[in-house]
Amino acid sequence: MSFLEVNNLKVEFDTADGVVSAVNNVSFSLDEGKILAIVGESGSGKSQTVFAMNGLLDHNGRASGSVKFEGKEILNLPNSELNLIRAQKIAMIFQDPMTSLNPYVRVSEQMAEVLVHHKGIPKSDAIQQSINMLDAVKIPDAKNRIRMYPHEFSGGMRQRVMIAMSLLCHPKLLIADEPTTALDVTVQAQIMQLLADIQKEFGMSIILITHDLGVVAGNSDEMLVMYGGEVMEIGKTEHLYSNATHPYTQGLMSAVPRLDDTADRLVTIPGNPPNMMLTPVGCPFSPRCKFANTTCSSQTPILSKVDNNDHYRACHVAIEDTL
Amino acid sequence: MINYIIKRIGIAIPTLLILIAVSFYLMHAAPGGPFTSERPLPAQVLANIEAKYGLDQPIWRQMTNYLWGVITEFDFGPSYKYHDRTVNEIIAQGFPITLKYGFWSFIVAIGVGIPLGAIAAIRKNTWIDYLAVGVSIGAQVLPNFVMAPLLIIVFTLWLDWLPGGGWNGGSWQYLIMPVIALSTSYMASIARITRSSMLEVLNTNYIRTARSKGLPTKIIFFRHVLKPSLLPVISYLGPAFVGLITGSVIIDMYFSTGGMGYFFVNSAFNRDYSVMMGITIVVGGLTILFSLIADLLYAWVDPKIRY
Repeated sequence: MSFLEVNNLKVEFDTADGVVSAVNNVSFSLDEGKILAIVGESGSGKSQTVFAMNGLLDHNGRASGSVKFEGKEILNLPNSELNLIRAQKIAMIFQDPMTSLNPYVRVSEQMAEVLVHHKGIPKSDAIQQSINMLDAVKIPDAKNRIRMYPHEFSGGMRQRVMIAMSLLCHPKLLIADEPTTALDVTVQAQIMQLLADIQKEFGMSIILITHDLGVVAGNSDEMLVMYGGEVMEIGKTEHLYSNATHPYTQGLMSAVPRLDDTADRLVTIPGNPPNMMLTPVGCPFSPRCKFANTTCSSQTPILSKVDNNDHYRACHVAIEDTL
Repeated sequence: MINYIIKRIGIAIPTLLILIAVSFYLMHAAPGGPFTSERPLPAQVLANIEAKYGLDQPIWRQMTNYLWGVITEFDFGPSYKYHDRTVNEIIAQGFPITLKYGFWSFIVAIGVGIPLGAIAAIRKNTWIDYLAVGVSIGAQVLPNFVMAPLLIIVFTLWLDWLPGGGWNGGSWQYLIMPVIALSTSYMASIARITRSSMLEVLNTNYIRTARSKGLPTKIIFFRHVLKPSLLPVISYLGPAFVGLITGSVIIDMYFSTGGMGYFFVNSAFNRDYSVMMGITIVVGGLTILFSLIADLLYAWVDPKIRY
């Protein structure tokens, strides 16, 4: 039994213009204490994948497939049952710390309510534990600052507050949805360091969603590359970095600018992300892929084993041809 | 905070003075005067009467005299039409009536409007939402001069449950219909504002955060959704409250309640300068006061606003 097992997860949204399928047949698994990075460009379905797991899709969204957490099916559970898992077992932090905390409620209230509700402890104890947690994420003067409102914190400090809040019940899985995207570069590094530290301290698993390959490299055990709502390639991060075989993964990696590169133009992947309104036929990446052949645009590739390092990819092009 | 209040009162004084000056000149610019009638008075008589009330003096002089009386003795002068009464007496008679049915209309408008809007937002795109939106649109498009006679037809003529008019010291039977007629459109506006702002709040990231924390819907609603949703309502309530407590001509006419609205309109027809000015000053002063109160309330709810 794995710690977390996602099978054939599908997410669709009913919109005025028709059904948008945001996530298609995504499968992966995660062991306890490991960090999985989900990588992909905007609109690739990374966030909706994890929102679906935690029942946080918008009201027009539907999820199907299976998400097993500690052996128990949790996909599409009613709110009352999900509320026993949320925060206590699976906690989340979000992309934009500026808007993810309620601007009208003191930080002390927003943190303490988690403990008061889930642990049933008195509010004064809950606030004391919250202060300790703020200390743990290195917020200076936590004792006084906890009385403040979110707008009295800087962006990086707010993300620290979010992280502290998510850790209050010592969850086993932390989902971090682009935790550093809205922050400036130096603060990004601090937040990633903090996440790495607390992961060691608390021993939990983390799903780290990002589109920043630099963040992935040093901070994850496994890596899942998504495009157009589908899994392109999955494997151990270190292994994948030197052995990417999917044309999309290769494109992503060569698009990372290098300091020692003197070229005038940045490397890009030509073309645009797919229109998710259309039912995907074939590989979603095929219109932009330089190796694409006729099979690619007619048949959807399935994930298949590349080598014995738990390395899988979904691609019709022969591995030798992409090297 | 105290400094801010003092500053706002400091601004209120010139605002009121400008209001008084403009109304005073406009009023006198309208043709005719309080003693003009179909059968003209002999010129000498008219001149004597006007001299008695000081209307023969230049306008700026009349205004400073008037202001002096208002400021030093709080005296709004005698009515030109009701010769045995002063403006102070007229306001003292009409204002408590208007205040009473206005206050209850305010309570009803909030008490019905906010829950109606909230329920519609929470049950968006269900029959409950459509019903609530339908009710508030209906209430909005039915003007009170249609509403008032309809109420009288139904509750007085057909059912004979309620008295068709009068005040009787404001006992509840006499209060019900004026309050319904006056409050519906305000109620409808409050419901619409509440619904749209709550829908916006329900879609924010911080509500998603609250859901991810595994809190029950009830706690999320009362602790995280309600307060921010009410901010736009609060800024509407300041002017709405003034509108309600300063009375409605329609209500006073249909239900013979005898509030300020009745005196205000009659004073305009009669060119009863002093009554017009008196009521204008009371309404203007209240408007300034309650927009200040609404702003202070706003700061109390929204921690980002500090004075």
